Order: sequence, then structure tokens, then C-alpha cells
Amino acid sequence: MRVLAAMSGGVDSAVAAARAVDAGHDVTGVHLALSRNPQTYRTGARGCCTLEDSRDARRAADVIGIPFYVWDMADRFHEDVVDDFVAEYAAGRTPNPCLRCNEKIKFAAVLDRAVALGFDAVVTGHHARLGADGLLRRSVDLAKDQSYVLAVLTREQLDRSVFPLGDSTKAQVRAEAARRGLAVAEKPDSHDICFIADGDTRGFLAQRLGEQPGDVVDATTGAVVGTHAGAYAYTVGQRRGLHLDRPASDGRPRYVLSITPKTNTVTVGPAEALDVSQVRANRPIWTGGPRPDGPIECEVQLRAHGDVVPATVALDGDTLHAELRRPMRGVAAGQAVVAYRPDPAGDIVLGSATIAG
Amino acid sequence: MAYLDHAATTPMLDEALAAYVATARELGNASALHAAGRQARRRVEESRERVAAALGARPSEVIFTGGGTESDNLAVKGIFWARRTSDADRRRVVSSAVEHHAVLDAVDWLGEHEGAEIGSLPVDSAGRLDPAALRTELAAHGDRVALVTAMWANNEVGTVQPIGELAAVAAEHGVPFHTDAIQAVGQVPVDFAASGVSALTVTGHKLGGPVGVGALLLGRDVAATPLLHGGGQERDVRSGTLDTAGIVAFAVAVEAAVKGQQEYAARVAELRDDLVERVRQAVPDVVYNGDPGDRLPGNAHFSFPGCEGDALLLLLDAQGIACSTGSACSAGVAQPSHVLLAMGADDARARSSLRFTLGHTSSRQDVDALVAALPGAVERARRAAAYRAPR
Repeated sequence: MRVLAAMSGGVDSAVAAARAVDAGHDVTGVHLALSRNPQTYRTGARGCCTLEDSRDARRAADVIGIPFYVWDMADRFHEDVVDDFVAEYAAGRTPNPCLRCNEKIKFAAVLDRAVALGFDAVVTGHHARLGADGLLRRSVDLAKDQSYVLAVLTREQLDRSVFPLGDSTKAQVRAEAARRGLAVAEKPDSHDICFIADGDTRGFLAQRLGEQPGDVVDATTGAVVGTHAGAYAYTVGQRRGLHLDRPASDGRPRYVLSITPKTNTVTVGPAEALDVSQVRANRPIWTGGPRPDGPIECEVQLRAHGDVVPATVALDGDTLHAELRRPMRGVAAGQAVVAYRPDPAGDIVLGSATIAG
Repeated sequence: MAYLDHAATTPMLDEALAAYVATARELGNASALHAAGRQARRRVEESRERVAAALGARPSEVIFTGGGTESDNLAVKGIFWARRTSDADRRRVVSSAVEHHAVLDAVDWLGEHEGAEIGSLPVDSAGRLDPAALRTELAAHGDRVALVTAMWANNEVGTVQPIGELAAVAAEHGVPFHTDAIQAVGQVPVDFAASGVSALTVTGHKLGGPVGVGALLLGRDVAATPLLHGGGQERDVRSGTLDTAGIVAFAVAVEAAVKGQQEYAARVAELRDDLVERVRQAVPDVVYNGDPGDRLPGNAHFSFPGCEGDALLLLLDAQGIACSTGSACSAGVAQPSHVLLAMGADDARARSSLRFTLGHTSSRQDVDALVAALPGAVERARRAAAYRAPR
């Protein structure tokens, strides 16, 4: 196949590209420039999209011996990921930008452009398995598994994707990179959100959405217990940084239960009020077999790196319902619910949907 | 490989490479006083005379530098500083809108850091400067202008400027005139004295010499404040140990390029005209950019409607055809060309452009390879164009 390897400048995508070459593919490396001004994004080794990352990707491509280009995807990235991120927070939801980037950039804009240019597939360094059966499975390295952020991909997108790293642990990938002479072998992992340079999500949102003072209301008493500078700065399940004016009547800690953009209200309450047993989600995508007609038993994961919980999942038109076997906390609108079927060869992604608010 | 990017760099001439290797084996710092030093100095001075003779300058007007970017920076900043020192009111720098970044960014830097006031000369849709616009500029601001800088020929679209006329206008107002002639030397006749310019940039690797060596021809009566301080090797305007081997090879290449210019231009222009004609047949809606007549013989520059230049480049590269989007890069990302924008092109047309440049090793086979690959690449690039622009 003629494949396009998306190369971030990190160790994973470098090894993935090298393995694609070993597998006999005709590989071309591409670094996605996602920042309109590379200097404004995180500098140093932790992030992505810096000039240094672009250089690291280029050097990896040199060592692997493949052509290398930089594709400017900044405008699309800003519209589909950054602007969406801000709009989702403004709407009281908690977006996952990595998932959105996969859905809209890497496996959409980039993949579509690649196909139009004559490539058959896109190769990435995601830690997930995608075998000949077409099923997306968790990586053997559960700590690094990225199947959650890939579960938004449709059948068509998966059919044009190659994930060469799913059978390896991160440690194995690093060792292989060193063996191959790739300078990024010891490069630290990226964390957090690549387009928020200092990691200060609240400050990033405040800069774009401005101060919007409102009330913090206790769900138990209905009383106003504090004020906030912008409801967008809060996430369901959050405990720190509430700055309540007075302690709760029961003396117990308070957590964010919900955000209501219409009234600009943040509602807080005791921990047990966070318990959620039923999840409703929109825009389901089902790739782990035929779409089920009735309820099925499976496991669900409700946020990146979150716990999994057994559940009964049913699809109803454009809605997914999940009945959790035990209550979960910190279930936030805007995150994905991903359904898995446990499997000895790696838990299989059945489908996903966006948790409704 | 079909190499159609000679304006980026062109292969060294055999005689220049031989001269380089032979000289690089010799020992001696040209500033040293002993026999080895004198030998190196002799090589440098012979080279200075050869460059001067080939380009219509006096030997004392040849300042060897580390290449085009240094020469441009030395001319723009050095003449600005010297003029401002002698007359504090002379703070205005006038440049054309289509200069190379080595000039444009130097001018912008003076604006941001040295309080320079910037005047920009527009171009027409063919990328051509109008001497009347310079006349108007100097009539309005002449007593405040430190220098005027305008390139001899454009590196992207190949348009050759009326340098003699522009220099004459500047001379009427007593304003020094610098020209970046990097793309022009060896391609069109260039004579420093006859052109009337005060300073002229030339570099080695665009004409068959090595990378990293060039010259600024600087009139004897034109003062320039140095960028680099040190041993004062070059007329006290430029310091740094002289690169004897590079200078010798550069001089050999300049001499050969100038001597062979007419024959070269005729041969390469014929190939280029054939390329243009066949590209037009293969892609009927292609737009041929630049001045159709007054242009560099090896330059063909097109916009391919509905395509993105970087997609076309990737597709052609995969078939062994080397060309250029002709625009500046930051982190490898192609920006829409300021040259095309200055010529009135919109963003989409600027981004749809590719530059093919022929040189002394070009052959009909190179053109054949391009014409064979182009229609398929254009078709694919058109299909791909939908996937990047914001919706």
C-alpha cells in the first residue's frame, strides 16, 4: 500500500512509520502544523506542534528513509478542534480535544486529502490494535491504550487506518526506537492539551470567553454559596478551586454536579450526588460488529483513562442508552461513552457516542 | 531525477569544483604575512579581479561575503546606518514589495529596531516596478531617504526589473541604490558600472559556484557600517578569515557564467518556452505568472487553479521531479507568496503556484518528465484541495 505516516515528532509515530516501511508499504511522512504561530504553542519537549517537534519528525523520517513534508492544517485545526473546544466549554460540556482531532483532522481532513492524493491509508502511532478482522482493540499496554480516543472513528475511517504499535508496550517502542537509531527514543511523552501552552485551561478559556460572573448554588439547599468568574471553567466532578463563601451545612466537601449555561449557574453538592447510573449519549458510531437491535451486555468507559464498568447498552436511533451496573462519578457531558466487549486478544471497541448534557 | 529547481541552487560547474578542491588543499591564511599567506592572498586578489572584470566593477569595489543573505543585510543595514550617522534625518528605507526575505526582513528589522521609516514600491500584475513610482516617492521624501533597494530579477516569478532606469532616478536625488542581483548574474547581462547602482549583491551557488560565498559590489564612494566586526579583512566593511577556496571557486563560476551568458540564455530560454507551451497544452487553464518578455531565461512560474502548490509538489516529487512552491517557509509550512500577493493575486492563486527553473544542466528530458507527470498530478491535487481549507 501507499501509506501516509502522520509524524508528530514523538517516539510513537516515528516507530509506527518505521514499522510500516518494514511491512513493505510505500511510506511518506507528514508532520501536521496545527498552530497558526508555532511559537505560541508549548515549547520544549512535552508538547506538540513546536518547531522542535517538526524538526524531530523530519530527522526521524531521514533515519527511516522516507520522504517528509509538513502539512499546514492550522486553519482546520482551529476551527474543528480549538474553536469547538471553547464552544463546548461555553455550552457547559467537557470536550476531549484529542478525540475531536482524530475525528475531524487526522482521520478526516488528513486522511481524505491523502486518499485524494493517491494514498491508501494513514499510519499513526496510536496505542491500539486494528487487525485483519477490522476490529479496534485496546493496546497490550493498558496504561498507554488510546482506543478510547479512536472509538469515534467510523468503519470507513478504520478501513483506511493502520496502527502498527498496538501489540507493543511503550517500553518496547522506546527500546525499538533506540535500536533503530531514532533520536526521539527518550523524548518525554506529551501530556495535556497541545494548544494550551502553559497547561492553564481555565486561563485559556477566560482569555477567549471573558469574565462571566455567576452564582454557585448548593443543590441540597438551593442557596447561593459562592460566585464564579465563568461557568465554563468548571467540570462535573471538580472539587478544587470552588472558592465557596461558606461551608456546606452538612460540613462535607462539595463537588460540581452540573453547569447550566442558560442561567450561568454552577451547581454543587455532596459526592454521592455525582453518582450516575444511566447515561444518555448522542451520535452513536458502531464499528465492533453489526449494530445491535436490542440491549447488549458489555463494558463502558466514560472518559479517557477512566475506569470501566459493566453496563447494558441499547441503541435507539441517534441515541445510545447505557445502564451502568454500579454508579460512576464524574460523568461529564461532551465526553465519549465507549462500549467494549472484553476479549482475551484485547478488549474490542464496539462503539461510541457523545454523552448528552 | 528531473531537477527543475535551479533557482534554489544549481550544480557546481566542473571548473569551479576543480578550482575549489585544488585551492582547499593549499595552506595559508590570506591575512598572514609569510609565503603561505601571500599565496592565499594572491588567490583572493586574483579572484577579486576576475569577479570585478566579469561584473563591470573595480577590484576595490568587490567585498567578499558569506553569501547573498549577508550581502543583502550588509547593504541594507550598513548603508542605512552610515547614512543616518552622517544625517540623522535620513531614516527612510525604500524597497520593492517583491524583494527576497533577505532584503525585506532586513528592512523590517530596521523599522522595528532602528526607527526606520519604510517606503514600499508596488509592482504591476507582471511583477514589474515602475520607475515613475520611485520618482514620486523620492520627490515626496527624497531628503529623508537613506537608501533604495530593488532586486534586479525576481527569484519567484522571474520578472527582470528596469534597474538602469530605477538607479538613474535614485541618482538624480543623490540616494544610494542597492540591487539584489542574485538571480540575474549569468542569466541576463549585468554590469555594475553601466547600471549606475551603488551596491549589488551576487552569490555563488546560483551560478555554478559553491554555497556560502558571495560578494557585495559596493561603490567606492558608498559608505557602509559593518555588520561583522573583527579583523577588517574586506575594506574594513566585512571581517572574517577569507574563504580562499570558496572565493576562488566563486570567481571561476562568475567568470564562466558571465562569459557564457548569451549562449546559455538562448539555449535555456528555448527549453523554457517549450516547457511553458507544453504545460499550457497539458493544463489549459494554467496561469503563467510574471512578465512574459522581460524575465529570466530559466524561469517558468504557474498558478494551477483549484490546486494547492504543496500537494502538486509532493505528487511530482514522488515521480522524481524537483520543483518549488517558490515561497518562504516557516517550519516547512508554505505561506502564500508575498510576491504573488503584491502582483494582485488572491490567496488561493498564490497558494496554487509552482515554480520550475531550468539551469546549465537542464535538458529536454527534464521537460518531458514534467509534462508526462503533470496532468495526473494536477487532477489528483484538485481532488485533494477540498480537504484543508476551513469550511
